Amino acid sequence: MIEVENLEVAFGKGDDRKQVVKSVSFKVAKGETLGIVGESGCGKSTVLRSLAGLDRHWTGRIALAGQDVAKERTKEQFELAQMVFQDPYGSIHPRHRIERVLAEPLRAMKRGEGWDRVVPALERVGLPAAFAERFPHELSGGQRQRVAIARALMLAPQILLLDEPTSALDVSVQAEVLNLLSDLREERQLTYVLVSHDLSVIAHMCDRVLVMKEGMFVDELTPDAFRGGEITQPYSKTLFEASFL
Amino acid sequence: MSAPDQTILSVSKLSVRFAQSQVLAVRDVSFELGAERLGIVGESGSGKSTVGRAIMRLLPNSARVEAERLDFEGTPLLGLNEAHMRKLRGHKMALIMQDPRYSLNPVLSVGKQVAEAARLHLGLGKREAYATASAMLERVRIADVERTMRLYPHQISGGMGQRVMIAMMLLAKPAVVIADEPTSALDVSVRGDVLKLLDELVTENNSGLVLISHDIRMVAAFCQRILVMYKGHVVESLTRLEDASHPYTKGLIAAMPDPRHPVKRLQVLDRKAIDAAEARP
Repeated sequence: MIEVENLEVAFGKGDDRKQVVKSVSFKVAKGETLGIVGESGCGKSTVLRSLAGLDRHWTGRIALAGQDVAKERTKEQFELAQMVFQDPYGSIHPRHRIERVLAEPLRAMKRGEGWDRVVPALERVGLPAAFAERFPHELSGGQRQRVAIARALMLAPQILLLDEPTSALDVSVQAEVLNLLSDLREERQLTYVLVSHDLSVIAHMCDRVLVMKEGMFVDELTPDAFRGGEITQPYSKTLFEASFL
Repeated sequence: MSAPDQTILSVSKLSVRFAQSQVLAVRDVSFELGAERLGIVGESGSGKSTVGRAIMRLLPNSARVEAERLDFEGTPLLGLNEAHMRKLRGHKMALIMQDPRYSLNPVLSVGKQVAEAARLHLGLGKREAYATASAMLERVRIADVERTMRLYPHQISGGMGQRVMIAMMLLAKPAVVIADEPTSALDVSVRGDVLKLLDELVTENNSGLVLISHDIRMVAAFCQRILVMYKGHVVESLTRLEDASHPYTKGLIAAMPDPRHPVKRLQVLDRKAIDAAEARP
């Protein structure tokens, strides 16, 4: 579903040039969930933003659903992959009602007004239809993150890119949101790329985990490795042990 | 030198109500704190931060704080005026907040902020204050102190910011440190270092630490005693997670994903069962 070859991202020019992502390659099969774990600044979010088409500094090759995508994407290509951001407070327009937030992707893609699709979208993520009338500040953090997920699903993408979707949430609410994501994945055969610094969240959700450090992948882990604690790469080990504190 | 079991902070039946609201944000919270690490755990809105702020007397005027007893080193805090409180805060009692990006002053350099604390609470002159600040920053393991002191908060990382915050707060060797989610804005990998550092300094000063967080596993690993708060009151007091008996505490523990014991679905809180358990006398 996703193929990435020699992806490189650099910001700045001349002496200030900083290579953030150093030639990474990976593949994600349809229905699979790939996790990318690493510390702040390791480049994991940049990889995700390049996949989403939000960053255009990249070089290399990105293919979505078997088709190479250019830096400038077509509407159809944008619709393939949608993103859910970390902060549910910052990623939803504070002065738009929820119905407008949810209709916006359809309107932006000229797929009609979208009002009739708002209520089913809310119900899909377990929110009452009455929430359509509300403003974001009238919702809790967990409810807002559900809205963000509903919005990402409005264009019926095949790929969801999740950037720390639960790190702003309480553990009890985190469990609800992660369960929702698991259910949706099963129901719609979605492919996920999940980025987080928290190995326990990644290990719970993912079929395969890439450990990223300073712009490169240093290790690849499977759920079996977590279960048995068979992690040998020193950096992965540090992250694994830190997640138990 | 005070004995380790001596009570530093004594709280009995602390209640907080905001404005005209009939709901108590905090209801009958009691605990004693000696030179130890006490954890307060609960979800957002459980009142855990309000307890911390009520002790520091940092709640807005609209909040009505009542307590049978709220004594700090034998002095009733509720009877003190603002001027007196200001002398205690930052000097004898310190509060470390969640996000260093918001709790540090964005327009002052790191060195100036830490030195300000030394001037204010230790009464040092400008040069001595800078020297003390520099020593303290070294103490919290900041590499290249000279350079860091010239930087502004937006130029340093979150983990570094939290170390600066800790340096600033512990410089005056406070008797009580209240840390409100000190690590939730930080990466998992630096969390451990920051907690270890906090513990080291608090133990060295022989002071009491109240660690407030929603992360029950972290609190359990770090604290000797845990109070679990739900809807404004303490439902359970624990020394080990294994002893948890309240459905709320058990639910919080089960909601955390554990890489060693993978499950298909995470358990979510059964709020009806919790409220039923609460309704029972």
